[in-house]
Amino acid sequence: MSLPPIKTMAEWLAEGKEPEVLFWIGCSGSFDQRAQRITRAFARILQKLEIPFGILGKEEMCTGDSVRRAGNEFLFQMMAYQNIQILNGYNIKKIVTACPHCFNTLKNEYPELGGNYEVIHHSVFLQQLIDSGQIRLQEGGIFKGKRITYHDSCYLGRANQIYDAPRKVLEALDVELVEMKRCRSKGSCCGAGGAQMFKEEETGKIRINIDRTQEALETQASIIAAACPFCNTMMSDGVKLAERESVVQVLDIAEIVESSLNFSE
Amino acid sequence: MTWISPLLFLIALGTGVFLFARRIQSILKMIRVGRPDLPSDQPIKRWAQMMRLALGQQKMFRNIPVALLHLIIYVGFIIINIEVLEIVLDGLTGAHRLFLNPLGTIYPLLINSFEWLALGVWVACVFFLVRRNILYIKRLRSNDLNGWPRTDANLILAIEIVLMSLFLLMNASDTLLQTRGIEPYATAYTGNFLISQYLHPLLSGWGDASLIFLERGCWWLHILGILAFLNYLPYSKHLHILFAFPNAYYAPLEPKGKMVNMPSIQQEVELAMNPAAVTTPSTEPPGRFGAKDVQDLGQKNLLDAFSCTECGRCSAACPAQHTGKLLSPRRIMMQTRDRMEDLNKLPPDQRTNDGKSLLHDYITVEELRACTTCQACVEECPVSINPLDIILQLRRYLVMEESNAPGEWTGMFGNVENNFAPWKFSPEDRDAWMRVDS
Repeated sequence: MSLPPIKTMAEWLAEGKEPEVLFWIGCSGSFDQRAQRITRAFARILQKLEIPFGILGKEEMCTGDSVRRAGNEFLFQMMAYQNIQILNGYNIKKIVTACPHCFNTLKNEYPELGGNYEVIHHSVFLQQLIDSGQIRLQEGGIFKGKRITYHDSCYLGRANQIYDAPRKVLEALDVELVEMKRCRSKGSCCGAGGAQMFKEEETGKIRINIDRTQEALETQASIIAAACPFCNTMMSDGVKLAERESVVQVLDIAEIVESSLNFSE
Repeated sequence: MTWISPLLFLIALGTGVFLFARRIQSILKMIRVGRPDLPSDQPIKRWAQMMRLALGQQKMFRNIPVALLHLIIYVGFIIINIEVLEIVLDGLTGAHRLFLNPLGTIYPLLINSFEWLALGVWVACVFFLVRRNILYIKRLRSNDLNGWPRTDANLILAIEIVLMSLFLLMNASDTLLQTRGIEPYATAYTGNFLISQYLHPLLSGWGDASLIFLERGCWWLHILGILAFLNYLPYSKHLHILFAFPNAYYAPLEPKGKMVNMPSIQQEVELAMNPAAVTTPSTEPPGRFGAKDVQDLGQKNLLDAFSCTECGRCSAACPAQHTGKLLSPRRIMMQTRDRMEDLNKLPPDQRTNDGKSLLHDYITVEELRACTTCQACVEECPVSINPLDIILQLRRYLVMEESNAPGEWTGMFGNVENNFAPWKFSPEDRDAWMRVDS
């Protein structure tokens, strides 16, 4: 299913209008085939709810999260400078993103470089829409009663204290939410943060994503819910390596919500 | 001859306090070697943070049974110091139980509560010794602690057990002497105490002279022990009982995900991107990018290192350590402290040029490369230490000063710089996700 056209900020500007919110896609959501599905799911939610939103399109650039944490402050500052120029140029006030790394950088690291925006992660955005009644979910939808475990993203949880929003979104679907042994502030990393996503792991006894996936599989959940494209990649790889991909799915909360939307009323 | 004992006491007390103060001075000097970065903003929030994390031990309560035992030792330590005050005044004036008369009936209540705490501390320390050496707790058995750190931990617990035993034994012999009508004990009559009375059967066969000798011996050993412990403190991991306070005060108030900015690079990049925008270019010579040695780290990082009590909660939570990688956040802190101590042992003129550095000689590249910046170590630390901040500063030095990065990272840097994404995709395809069918 192709998406109805999405307007870029340049197109909004040409019409002399400003959308309510900018959807920041992030590099994973733009280029990674699995993460593109998350991007499309969230965009569809926005479209179905008729929330006016824009994207930067080809003008968006990497926020610099990974290069900064790898140690390349110069490159980070270059990316931040260019992004802030573009964001400020379009007079952006509110940003929503499905990537906790982009979220953290935009929210916490851009302000002192001159980029001040209200930045919201899509888990909080979705929770607000559910709370306000704008999102109505199917009663007895496809996820009802399903055993789901939520894997905390480090850059949502410990970094920004967002533990409840993604869980509340899942609870609204009437699922059986089960916790892993290490969860919330004790939640274990998937292994991708700090630019690990882009290099081989150091030598050890086991890969971090395999270790974490084992823990998720021990809950006997049929769905591992994530709210970060990096976590999604790492956990999906873990499930594949454990040869459990036929029985266990790794899904983003946006995908779960999108497939449970109720439009009958 | 009555002045001899107070004089000896005064000498012991003076020496103990002087040596302690000198050592603390020396530690503060080692910390001041770092970049001045201790914040002075938002004092009210910082006081509240200190009360919550240091005094209230909030993080300890992530594990309630251990937190309660730790709390007994901590409260015991603080409250029993009121008793130490009496001991010091007794020692200086030659009096015996100076507080008995002014406090009257409250006095036995007070001593009884001290005795309860002393027993509590004794039991908790014995349990912690068993837990550390007999039960298997991975973080307490880790190789990080091989050698001195393991001995240090056991020594602290043993000293506390001895000090508490001396206190109880002193009270037991004192109250026994009271019932025998021996002076000055009989005059300072307190009656039996709740815990130490149970030691009486052990001592009832002793003669008066031996009992007096025991009571005086315990009194002297107790106070000399405390003075010795005071001086052991700043050479050991136990310094956390003091440094936890400033460390919690100075800990960042911002979200943990925020990395510390580098204004020098920010300005350089702004100048390169838009020369007209920067009106007052910095005249300061650019310093080192990132940290190679302790001098390049912030003073908070160095205070962190001295505050570390090597409990290993950071390493137990670290995903890299958990999966067998070389990185252990606790070791990052221990190595930073060792580096400062090693430098401090050198003559001042050799401290900047001893041919070694924190990076490479104390902390290896492999350790730094294993970090996922997940902040679990920062989250867990009960005394507000941030090992991640040190790791990231050392990484900055590796990449920006040594161009030392794994090949995949070098490729990623190139992609971000040229294609604005960490993968080798064309920026033209950034919005392709809209056109692809799912």
